[in-house]
Order: sequence, then structure tokens, then C-alpha cells
Amino acid sequence: MPANGGGHAAAPPLAAVGGGRRGAGRWALRGAAFGYLALILVVPLGMVGWRAFGDGVGPVLDALDNRFFLHALWLTAIITLITVVANTIFGVAIAMVLARRRGVGGAILSALVTLPLAVSPVIVGLALVLVWGRQGWFGGALADQGIQVIFALPGMVLASIFISLPFVAREVAPLLREIGTEQQEAAATLGASPLQTFRRITLPAIRWGIAYGVVLTTARALGEYGAVAVVSGHLLGRTETLTLHVEDRFQAFDIVGAYTAALVLAFLALLAVVTMHLTRPKESRS
Amino acid sequence: MSGRLAALRPGLGPLRPRGFGGPLTLGLGTCFLSLIVLIPLAAVIWRSQSDGADTFWAAISSPRAVSALQLTVGISLAVALINTVMGILIAWVLVRDRFPGRRLVDALIDMPFALPTIVAGLTMIALYGPRSPLGVDVAYTRAGIALALLFVTLPFVVRAVQPVLMELDREVEDAAASLGAKPRTIFLRVILPNLRPAVLTGVGLAFSRALGEFGSVVLIAGNVPFKTELSSVLIFGHIESGNPAGAAAVSVVLLAISLVVLVGLSIGERMGGDRAR
Repeated sequence: MPANGGGHAAAPPLAAVGGGRRGAGRWALRGAAFGYLALILVVPLGMVGWRAFGDGVGPVLDALDNRFFLHALWLTAIITLITVVANTIFGVAIAMVLARRRGVGGAILSALVTLPLAVSPVIVGLALVLVWGRQGWFGGALADQGIQVIFALPGMVLASIFISLPFVAREVAPLLREIGTEQQEAAATLGASPLQTFRRITLPAIRWGIAYGVVLTTARALGEYGAVAVVSGHLLGRTETLTLHVEDRFQAFDIVGAYTAALVLAFLALLAVVTMHLTRPKESRS
Repeated sequence: MSGRLAALRPGLGPLRPRGFGGPLTLGLGTCFLSLIVLIPLAAVIWRSQSDGADTFWAAISSPRAVSALQLTVGISLAVALINTVMGILIAWVLVRDRFPGRRLVDALIDMPFALPTIVAGLTMIALYGPRSPLGVDVAYTRAGIALALLFVTLPFVVRAVQPVLMELDREVEDAAASLGAKPRTIFLRVILPNLRPAVLTGVGLAFSRALGEFGSVVLIAGNVPFKTELSSVLIFGHIESGNPAGAAAVSVVLLAISLVVLVGLSIGERMGGDRAR
């Protein structure tokens, strides 16, 4: 993920001091780096397209027109949308608290926000089942009310929110810390309401952080597999997201179907990466 | 500060200029975090103990669980180390080398972060699976697991080292060179010590990511107990077979290892940060 904020001076003007002398060494390093990237990253990614289009365009179009694929696409879009909205609103709220609190409380909160990055997706799924499942802490009571969380949309949304919780908060908090509170205080002193202060002072300062966080959240929510696999129950055409659809097709030996859905997801991921690099403030990337 | 500005509005009582940063936001944020993150994780810990300590111990000390944990930790360590060496190398080439398409390569490094894990697994199978065009079939082997994990954890060290490398003062290297130090000596004695905190951060993150990884390995691993079954896959198996206590027990062990690594990391980071300043 991004080089954490901290602006850097542009690349040094003399790019390769003494480069000529160590030309051979430089080519060796370059070769090793490119070779590794090719074998681990680039060629495998290319293979997804190759496998999908291996039998021509027709089967790919069929796979895209498949009823279950379309449902998975739709379900993924809904889950992602809810996740992004929730994690943007609460992410900004949490960032505001994070930016203004130091000491032990701030450290604990900061650790809590980062925690989802360190928890295995399968454990996230298990945790949600234990709380919201029929035998879970809250799930039983909800089931009596006719509300099903696990093996249904709410559980999948909860999993998705858990997994992608840190991104907006972690992008926005440093920006808020940087601008400090003086301007907000000045605005409040001049009679602005909290809402006005937020809209006119705070929001303009953090909007790029929010945008960046939203892209990261979207990418993560779109692609979540492990946690969703646990809580979804794999109900074909009902609780199957795109990532589950990929797995389902693969297990059913529908190679074109699996790789077509994978290609769609890979394309969305690429879109996210490109957006990230275009919206990243210039000074932090030479 | 706030007091000074508040004094500009005499007679109106104490001003609450923080607006959205106040206690309401704190309460809201804490509630959200508790509901989404804390309570569920507490449920895992509680469930691992709720059938008694014996059940917990039996679940984590069974040969199958021990073998899965050994494999998970061992392979995560190996993968983190390989990607440390390759990550430093790639960061070096990206920062110090100039070549056309550098920004593209730089952007590509983020792909494993953005790509869904299940797609990552499929990607590796396409190249290194049964129908591999290279003739390399590592599906259902530990090598296959390692390849998938190498893909997923590739960016961590690169992204940790890159900014530090950019800020490094070149004059020190030039001074060392003019004093007759060989490139290797300069790297080991001048550059590497400066990178150490960043490298540690990257390794820790890569390791803890590999520990819990599921989506990218589940297809390529084959999940044969005692051979290619990772802890995360074992947890999944326990859940599917209706053994939540067993799943919770293994989860707690995995969480504990992850926590130790991350806490150690943040302590190391703080110490390293002090030195770098």
C-alpha cells in the first residue's frame, strides 16, 4: 500500500552517480528484479486473460451472460456499496477521534482500527458466525424475530465492513492531524455551526484522503473471499458474490467461467490501482 | 489553542469548537468498532474456552493441528524472508534505477493488494498448475502454497523500504565510495543499517499476512492433512464440519502469534524511529 504519506523530495537530479562504472551490476539487479516480478506477478496475471480467452470470445461472452454470474455481480455491487458508505462515514468519524486523541486512549483506538488487517479472513467469518449465527450471542434472538444474518446479505455486509474497516480511517487521520484544529476553531469562533465548519473547513482538507480510502475500501470489499465464504453458505444464485462464483466455477471444472469472472475482478483491481496512482498526491511519488 | 480563541467570545461561555471531533464522535466510533470488530473477536476467544480447557488443549495439540501450524509458520517465515530480499532489490531498482516504464512497474507492485485473493490463487494455478505452459506443476504441493503466498506478500517490503530509500542521503554513500569502500561494503555498512526499521516493518506485515492467508492458497494447496493443510484452511474445515470450538481454538493460536508479531513490530518501530530521527 502507499508509502505512508510523508512527502518526499523529487528524485535526485543525478540519477545514476557512477552508474557507468557499475553498469554490469546495475543490469544484474535490474534483471533479477524484473525476472522475479515477471515470474511472480506479470506472467501469472497475463495467464488469467489467456485462460479465459483460450477457446475464443464466444464462451467468454456466454460466461458473462450467465444468470449466476450476473447475480453474483449484482450482489457484489450491493455489498460493496453498503460497505463503502458505512466505512466512509465511520472511517471519517474514527479518524477525527484518532487525530485529536493522544496517549493511551489514542494508541488503543489506533491499534483497534488496524486490527482487521492482522486477522485472518477465515477467523473474521468464524467470529461473525459465533455472534450472529443461530447459536450465536445475538443471532438466536434475531432469528426469533425472523431476521437472518448468517447465510444472508447482512452477514456478508458485516464481513465486508470488518475486513475493509481500516482504510478510510487510516488515510484521513494523518491529514486531519496535519491541518490541526486552529482553522476549525477560528471558524467556530466566527459563529460557524459544526456542520458548516465540517463542510467548509475540514472536508476540503481531507477529501483526497477520503477518495483514496474509498478506492482501497472498494477494492478490498469487491475482492473479499475468506470471510464471505464462511458466512455466505454458498447458496447458488442467492448468497454468491463474484469471488465465490469464481471458486464455484473452478470447482465445477468450468474453466472459462472461472477465469472470465476472475478476469472481471482483475480488471476492477487494475482500475483501482490505476486510480490510486493517479489520485496519489504528486509529492509522495517521485 | 482553544482557550485563547474562546477568549475572543467573551460572555458566551465555553466554546466547543471541536464539533465533530467531540465526545459524540468518540462514542459513535467506539460503538461501531466494538460492534464490528471487538465483540466478534471476543466471541472467538470465548468460544475457544467455553467447552473447557481440555477441549481447547485437545484441539490445538492434535497432530493435525500441530502439523498445520508448523507448516503455516514455517512457510510464512520462508516466504517473508524471500520477499524481504526480493523486496529490497525491487525497491532499489525502482528508486535508484531509471528506465522507461518505471511508473508502470511501480503501480504494478500494488496489484497483489488490490487483486482478490481467490483470483490470485487462480492466477498462480494458471501458470504453475496442472496445465502449466511452463511445464511446472506445483498444485497440491507446499511449493504451490509458497508461490501463492509470495504473490500475495510481494508489496509489503517494497512499499516499506521505498520511501526510506528515497530519503536516504546520497552524500554519505559518495563519501564512503571516495574513501575506497566497495559497492558491497557501502550497501552492507551504509545503506542496509538505515533500511533496517523499514525492512522489519515490511517483514512483520508480510509474515502476519501470510499466517492468515486463505483465499489465494485454498485452491492451489489441495489441503491434504499433514501435507498441505494450513491453519487457516483447518479453521475453515472445522467450521464447515460443525466444530466451532475447534475452529475457535486454532483461531486463538493464530491470533496470538499475529498479535505478538505486530506488538513486537510496533515496539521495534518506535525504537528504530527514535534512532532514525
